Amino acid sequence: MNPRTTPTLSGWGRLPAPGVEKLSEDLERLTRGAALTRGLGRSYGDSSLPAKADDLVACSRMADRILGFDPETGVLRAEAGFSLVELNRLFMPRGWFSPVTPGTKFVTLGGMVASDVHGKNHHVEGCFGAHVRSLRMRLADDSIVDCGPEQEPELFDATVGGMGLTGHILEVEFTLARIPSRWIHMESERMPSIDEFLAGLGRAAPAFPMTMGWIDCLHRGRSMGRGILMAGRWAEASEAGELAPRAAHPLTMPVDLPNLAINDLTVAAFNALYYWKHLRRRATTLVAPDPFFYPLDAILEWNRVYGPRGFTQYQCVIPRQAGAPAVREFMDLLTKLGGASPLCVIKDCGPEGRGMLSFPLEGTSIAVDMAVSPEIQSIVDRLNEFVIAAGGRIYLTKDRFTRPEHYRAMEPRLERFLAAREKYDPHRRLRSGQSVRLLGDVA
Amino acid sequence: MKAVILGGTTGIGRAIARRLAERGDSVFLLARELDDLTRSAEDLTARHPKREPVGHALCDLERPEGFAAALDAADAALGGFDAVIVTAGLFATQDALEADIEFTRRLVTVNYANTVVFCEHARKRLLTRGGGRLAVFSSVAGDRGRKPVAIYGSSKAGLSVYLEALDHKFHAQGLSVLCVKPGFVKTGMTAGLKPPPFAGDPEQVARDVVRAMDRRRPMLYTPGMWALVMLVIRWLPRFVMRKINF
Repeated sequence: MNPRTTPTLSGWGRLPAPGVEKLSEDLERLTRGAALTRGLGRSYGDSSLPAKADDLVACSRMADRILGFDPETGVLRAEAGFSLVELNRLFMPRGWFSPVTPGTKFVTLGGMVASDVHGKNHHVEGCFGAHVRSLRMRLADDSIVDCGPEQEPELFDATVGGMGLTGHILEVEFTLARIPSRWIHMESERMPSIDEFLAGLGRAAPAFPMTMGWIDCLHRGRSMGRGILMAGRWAEASEAGELAPRAAHPLTMPVDLPNLAINDLTVAAFNALYYWKHLRRRATTLVAPDPFFYPLDAILEWNRVYGPRGFTQYQCVIPRQAGAPAVREFMDLLTKLGGASPLCVIKDCGPEGRGMLSFPLEGTSIAVDMAVSPEIQSIVDRLNEFVIAAGGRIYLTKDRFTRPEHYRAMEPRLERFLAAREKYDPHRRLRSGQSVRLLGDVA
Repeated sequence: MKAVILGGTTGIGRAIARRLAERGDSVFLLARELDDLTRSAEDLTARHPKREPVGHALCDLERPEGFAAALDAADAALGGFDAVIVTAGLFATQDALEADIEFTRRLVTVNYANTVVFCEHARKRLLTRGGGRLAVFSSVAGDRGRKPVAIYGSSKAGLSVYLEALDHKFHAQGLSVLCVKPGFVKTGMTAGLKPPPFAGDPEQVARDVVRAMDRRRPMLYTPGMWALVMLVIRWLPRFVMRKINF
């Protein structure tokens, strides 16, 4: 096969796999006999990629209708391809917002359920799945069922965070959150080291419903883990005034940058600028939701800055019991292993949700982008060994390189998930590149 | 506008219906399947904070006997419509059509004969109330006899000529007829085909169509680049057209 003409699909990390997606407005018909459904392809690794080139991959993007909205309760039901971009565009002006939003708005409802996404408010609101009332699904045997927290709870819990491996999500019903204005009251603070950062996150969590931090992951020594802590809440109508935020006009990354564009020097320069741009130690500002929640969405196709080699994101959570020393050690290991990245994000997570494979647990989550290089496998292995020893876990939505034995070691809940899968898909008709790699599905 | 949209549940029709509904225009949907219609009507209703539920009726371009009743239902629900939009139609590749003569018959009947019949029903209703707007989807494929769209293109060529004549004939009576000629647009209809350069998306086309209707324009190439492409194609000599595979 000629690799130039073989059609491929790729996730956000741009590592391709042979395959094609089928598109239709009629997702119910499209998913009949399909091996996998994908949405906007924003998961970084291979979770939305086919196990085999000729597996039928249904794309939900065109199934994007709202099926009902109750302005009294905020309950919204929509087809699985309805995107967060559309949700924000239509409902923010009406005083409603997604109860949980990930760091990009280019995701579908189906993807948000399958990844059980979390956001800056995880320590207060939990994951997206905690706000889902009902799902309509096509199962592996082609039957169509409804499930929810009370109805078919086993199927529901396996599906929330289940990476699309329990069935095709056709419709999602969830509850929107009321917002008092269309602005965020943000307090940000420069943090000179990882210890102060962790203390700062701890202080901010009870005071603010939304917290997160950006870390300069190239800095070592005493100021290792320096960065900027951001804490926010929706501004009250009286603080925000009448003005609506200006509509964002995103730029598009027009070309792939060369592989070497992201290197230690350019990243060190970027990080220093970003760190010192925050001149005062503490600042309080009113910001629009878009730059607050989705800073990277300002440049469409920003993943092209990593060049044709592609990239991955390593995201793990270190449990609270392991304590601050474990986080410090992890940062130490991360900076030692290198992997220059302008993006390193730290966040306090709240308690684990009910999704069987849902990522967050009470502790500290760290996410870092890494260009794909010959060393990437050994870097991921080293980081995973640390995370296993600390009792933490990784986020499947970002993952492309974790080994199956490492995944099993960090995921005691896997048995329960596999039992549910055995029940709903005994012949493993539903599969992805990721399920072949991590769960041993046959390609 | 008080607009009836035939084909407003999918693709470009869906995008146009949403655009109109979101800016507060009244919309009535016509399509072939009831479940599809109710879901789309609910979608449009939810897209505007203050609106009456969007109405709908069954209408199938393969069943001309139902056209009058469908338009009557729209008229009653909207209190007299002043715009009719037709995005529905059939499509298949030239290879598929050559292999299936029965589908060829259906396609040319739907895209030309039945669409003209539907437009005649709509035109008469609009003219009795002093005109209005009629926007119908033809295609760039109808501009020139071309190898890859011989059959589909010919069905659209006939439609384009009809729409142009309609505009000439009734413009003075207040009826504006818009012939829309989309180039390649990434919709369910073209899913599986490799998009050429300048492929458009439904939202972009919907924006262009609504603007052209607002301005009462007679013809629209969308995305705009296709006006230039087709200008060149229309002037290519026969011997060149015979050689190329465009």
